[in-house]
Amino acid sequence: MTASGTFGYGTEYADLMDISRLGAIIVKGTTLNPRQGNPYPRMAETPSGMLNAVGLQNKGVDYFVDHIYPEIKKIQTNIIVNVSGSCIDDYVQTASIINTLDVIPAIELNISCPNVKQGGMAFGVKPESAAQVVSAVRKAYDKTLIVKLSPNVTDITEIARAVEAAGADSVSLINTMLGMAIDAEKRKPILSTITGGMSGPAVKPVALRMVWQTAKAVKIPVIGLGGICSATDAVEFLLAGASAIQIGTANFIDPSISEKVIDGIEAYLQRHGFNSVQEIIGALETN
Amino acid sequence: MLVASNVMVAPRATLLTLQYPDTLPDMIAGQFAELQVPSAKVLLRRPISIHAINRDKNLIEFLIQIVGEGTESLSALKAGDSINVLLPLGNGFNYRSTHVSRPLLIGGGVGVAPLLFLGQEFAEHGIRPIFLFGGRNESLILRKEEFMKYGDLFMTTEDGSAGEKGFVTNHSLLFESEQFDRIYACGPTPMLKAVARWAKEHETACEVSLEHRMACGIGACLCCVEDTADQGNVCVCKEGPVFTIDRLKWFN
Repeated sequence: MTASGTFGYGTEYADLMDISRLGAIIVKGTTLNPRQGNPYPRMAETPSGMLNAVGLQNKGVDYFVDHIYPEIKKIQTNIIVNVSGSCIDDYVQTASIINTLDVIPAIELNISCPNVKQGGMAFGVKPESAAQVVSAVRKAYDKTLIVKLSPNVTDITEIARAVEAAGADSVSLINTMLGMAIDAEKRKPILSTITGGMSGPAVKPVALRMVWQTAKAVKIPVIGLGGICSATDAVEFLLAGASAIQIGTANFIDPSISEKVIDGIEAYLQRHGFNSVQEIIGALETN
Repeated sequence: MLVASNVMVAPRATLLTLQYPDTLPDMIAGQFAELQVPSAKVLLRRPISIHAINRDKNLIEFLIQIVGEGTESLSALKAGDSINVLLPLGNGFNYRSTHVSRPLLIGGGVGVAPLLFLGQEFAEHGIRPIFLFGGRNESLILRKEEFMKYGDLFMTTEDGSAGEKGFVTNHSLLFESEQFDRIYACGPTPMLKAVARWAKEHETACEVSLEHRMACGIGACLCCVEDTADQGNVCVCKEGPVFTIDRLKWFN
């Protein structure tokens, strides 16, 4: 899958790779009302990673339904909508509108965006509030409900268990890690929001550890993401217990990286004599 | 793509020429490329404007100022090295469907880069453009001889080492009677804003090429936004990098 916010609506990449080979495209975070996002600058490159502070810029769910959905429904793969909000009611309303769209098989509930003042991550850092928003959305949404978790917590397994109990069908992790970049010469922050979400290869070890811990803690499938740039990275997440993986920041570096990862996973399975990817999910040998 | 040559043209600027494997795609001056950086330390591609093209030999030139690790690494490429490039990206200057007879091309620092391609395009259509370039001193005004092949070059420097002393918007050229029908500008934002203000006051059509920090270069990551009067925040990589000044919210 391609991670939300890194692959636009899929159409941006249609000329650069065969997007029908993807398991799913998770489209940009969608909110009930249009959002302008944060002011420029929104991005800072960091060693082996980047910080972003986009702030959920999108034209709102109604625009998505009227203008974007008719375009992307033709794409020959699963289109999953990432849903964000600043209060429970926003999440519920957005999810119920998307529930009516035939070819959207799932939503990914974003309770972990670090770049908006209200909501977003606030819901995802406490088990109680995470469970509250998930159970409210569960009542309004009857297809597959994926919940995207924040790494900016003391114990991610607590949150994962809470959203599982509240009715989530799957969890995806990790969203970006809260970070910061400073321009020492100017004595100013680089991002307009001062802090932002860190992604890229630098976060991979943290993501891998959290996926491994979470996969042991819940029964629902775990989707792993965080710094995956190669088939080997992807295999590591599968071994750690992820049932599927998402590619995010690497799309910016190589727009056709997902195809290479798909081919690479197949080559890995062949090289090691596995018949199916299922055989390596959680197959980490720890003794 | 293969590196045909890479030569330093100033103490902190290199001219990278790439050999396109095929007939060049149609490219418009002002469009850019995303160059993958050879150094493993640098994650993201670097957006670099197309400096010039050679349609007979299928060559594409990039004028790159060395400002950090990414551009430093690009400057170390050698002839025969291979580099992954996405191009052409973005929307270029308006000169094909817009009738222009007296263009003024204003550049500051490495912002002169896309103006050579634009000058080439005008020259091919029998129009000799006026270039007006500014820099801190003479050595920072790059590739003067190349520009003079296609048009007349005027300069301003902050220390007076070449051309008139001061900024481009103070150059006497702008106060002579000859009228320009369109200004194309690329350079540091304060210069672009000064040029835009001048153009607005003198009711001259003006477009500027913006340089924002980018990640993807294709409108997916929404990092390089500029606030516009008509559509709010838009990606400079996809909607730009060239904008007509009336779309920008620089004066309110």
